[in-house]
Amino acid sequence: MKRNPIARIILTVFFAGLIAVPVILTRKMPGHQTAADHFDTKAALARYGFYFTEDSKQAGIQFHHQAPVLDAKLAAIMPEVASMGASVSIVDYNRDGWPDIYVTNSREGSMNALYRNNHDGTFTDVATQLGVANVNQPGTGVSTGAVWGDYDNDGYPDLLLIKWGRPMLFHNDQGRGFTDVSRQAGLPGWMNANTALWFDYDGDGKLDLFVGGYYNENIDLWHLKNTRIMPDSFEYAENGGRKYLFHNLGNGRFEEVSAKLGIASRRWALASGAADLTGSGHPDLFIANDYGVSELYLNDGQRFHEVGREAGVGYSPKSGMNVAFGDIFNQGRFSIYVSNISEPGILLQGNNLWVPRDQTSGAKLQYVNMANALGVELGGWSFGAQFGDWNNDGNLDLFLTNGYISLDRNRSYWYDFAKVTAGNSTIIGDARNWPPFDGRSLSGYQEKRVWLNDGSGQFEDVAHAVGVTDRHDGRSVAVGDLWNNGALDVVVANQSGPLFLYKNHPDPANKWIEFQLEGTRSNRDAVGAQVTMYWNGQKQLQQVSAGSGFAAQNDLRLHFGLGRNPRIEKAVIRWPSGTVQTLDHLIPDQILHIREAQ
Amino acid sequence: MSQAAIATSVPTPPRKPLWKQWLSLDNRYVPPAFITLILLAGQLSFGILESYERTLLAIATSIATELILGRIFLGKWMNLASAYITGISVGILVRSPAFWPYAIGAALAITSKYVLRFRGRHLFNPSNFGISVMLFLLPTSVAMLSIQWGNNMASMIVIWVLGSIIIWRLRRFHISATYAISFLVLAVIRSWIIHEPWLSEISPITGPEYQLFIFFMITDPKTTVRSRKGQCIVAFLVALLEMFFRLDQSVYAELYALFWVGPIALLVEMWLDSRRSRTAMAIAPLPAAAPVTPQSSLL
Repeated sequence: MKRNPIARIILTVFFAGLIAVPVILTRKMPGHQTAADHFDTKAALARYGFYFTEDSKQAGIQFHHQAPVLDAKLAAIMPEVASMGASVSIVDYNRDGWPDIYVTNSREGSMNALYRNNHDGTFTDVATQLGVANVNQPGTGVSTGAVWGDYDNDGYPDLLLIKWGRPMLFHNDQGRGFTDVSRQAGLPGWMNANTALWFDYDGDGKLDLFVGGYYNENIDLWHLKNTRIMPDSFEYAENGGRKYLFHNLGNGRFEEVSAKLGIASRRWALASGAADLTGSGHPDLFIANDYGVSELYLNDGQRFHEVGREAGVGYSPKSGMNVAFGDIFNQGRFSIYVSNISEPGILLQGNNLWVPRDQTSGAKLQYVNMANALGVELGGWSFGAQFGDWNNDGNLDLFLTNGYISLDRNRSYWYDFAKVTAGNSTIIGDARNWPPFDGRSLSGYQEKRVWLNDGSGQFEDVAHAVGVTDRHDGRSVAVGDLWNNGALDVVVANQSGPLFLYKNHPDPANKWIEFQLEGTRSNRDAVGAQVTMYWNGQKQLQQVSAGSGFAAQNDLRLHFGLGRNPRIEKAVIRWPSGTVQTLDHLIPDQILHIREAQ
Repeated sequence: MSQAAIATSVPTPPRKPLWKQWLSLDNRYVPPAFITLILLAGQLSFGILESYERTLLAIATSIATELILGRIFLGKWMNLASAYITGISVGILVRSPAFWPYAIGAALAITSKYVLRFRGRHLFNPSNFGISVMLFLLPTSVAMLSIQWGNNMASMIVIWVLGSIIIWRLRRFHISATYAISFLVLAVIRSWIIHEPWLSEISPITGPEYQLFIFFMITDPKTTVRSRKGQCIVAFLVALLEMFFRLDQSVYAELYALFWVGPIALLVEMWLDSRRSRTAMAIAPLPAAAPVTPQSSLL
């Protein structure tokens, strides 16, 4: 070793610099909020163009989710195995033109709630009165999600309730009550599902149904034969619940066709979304799986083809917990947001924002993960997320929930979690081998993220500054204009926590327009219809979905923010039937009811 | 990570044909080849890497740093097998959504060999140092591989068998074995102390992070003591300190244990060498005894 002292000094300084530089870089990273981000409505309006107020109490909503209590054999790790079930969907169940809210509960004997919109900013729970509250009776399992779709095209959305237990289909009797038609529909007697959606996969004008299983459907979580119910791998598990694709036969009955049409996965599905991603005219299916890779099923009109690996989304296994579509660059193409786990120093999966690669399309469509580049990668133990234009500036923003299990603030389960999940399948797969939770938290008390899209490819977390400061264990997020005032409000279902209603207060200078679509040749809810809005020389694509995010459903109405003084050129609707309808001479700040051209 | 047997003392037969030399397990390129095989098999079957680009960045940085520092401070172009293993180790073990931790981690690892030296000998296993520092200082940006390779019995057995054979031929199996046995015994003791399932305590050693640790990191010839007995004692002490870190719920207990035990063991060995040397000189001052710095190579 040369003894040149100057060289030695330079080397030592270089070494010290290597240690110091990353620390500095980390501190200067964008997107991290500081204590200075206090909530001030005027400042929020001036700086970001909107703010939220948590108005559940004022709205008359006092709902507290109760987690399941499963077989006593799982008592030691009950907080983990019973960590899901809170869900929310926004739907105008009675066709009065005002969105209502349906919320699930998950303890045996607990009640779900259907909050009817009173048109004055308040809501009334009518679930008991209408027969969709008492759905968690012992022996039938408990609710984990709900999606609404007008499967018989009678004009009123019907309710599919998924459970760890017996799935239930309720026919909507013209908004005056619901009838349990599960048996007639031909649904299975038991499944442990966490995700479902309505979509018309074959374009026959009748809504079909996808349901994704989590735990194996042969397991009754209240009466376990043994404790080998856990995933056999943390990242490559294939011992989860099966998938179901129910084809709507049109007579109130459904036929299960998943295997016939190419969907045979046993990964642990937690979220799903359907959209025509390739421009084929047929909705494709994206499934985010826990303990494994995501799956992308392209629909060629005849059957589904899993192309996750080829498309780039099914390569790196993570803990997928969300699927949301958004045209974040206003280019007429959907990006896909999938949430995962990020715990500093232990597990940095990072959330995925799958953006379509340039020059790829059709069956050769490929995606690249741009979550890091755009600043929406690290949330925490993330669950539900939805896109929406909170400030009506014409760019889609993002709302993300975080937080898994909040118990003792000072004691963490992470060490034990990392210890077991590192191990062999015979160890991880048996609940008996998991150390007891003993009241500890696991990524608990995490903040939500409200990521504001600046329109140039960067998202900034403004949650604190716009009034979103709660640290409940968020699960499901649903979006809709609950006050019919041109502002997208956000409803958050928290696990073992309260239902929060974040009322949005955008700057009125920013304009907006909303579309309520009614299919005629297409399914009546127009699920799958895509609207491209053209204004100020740009365009934005949105679609009607009946199930997205995590265990959530947004309002069927589509909301476009347009910014100040917009020059609207046109809106083009591509209906599921293939009909293309162009709307000219549109005036902003209104809700338009559009009926499919015959 | 390691330079397991890169500088093995087993001589290569001088007249062996070139192809036989390459196939010989005594070849210094066997460990790099083995870790490359693990990487490719893991990536192609399970997609273990954060991305090819990140791993290549770590390897390239490691090699570039070695070339530059070797040229400046040793006046020669270094053999790159060691730097390659360090880079590939950082590339496999570091998990970060960002690119820069891979470059910084690899550069830190190699630079530590040139800066943190005592009596001409570097004290820390390079990749252990680089990864430990990153994990300690940058928890918000860096985590470590812990849950990959499918939690799968078949892949676990293949790597254990292959690794054992190779490490046996490199005369270092006793280190890995001592550590593994110590870990298993201490895992049962931990289980008894904290009243948790014993399978959960042995769970980590069935994962890939430990396979890399056992076959590549603790066997590094440049940062382990020389005597066979001493190596076994050090391996046991690593497992013992790891137990205490684990009782304190440190997720990366084994890395931190090696971080502390490795350099201390080397310092103790140097001190003992120095004492023996002084004693020898006192008895027979001339000619000089064996040098007190047993290894000055940076490999």
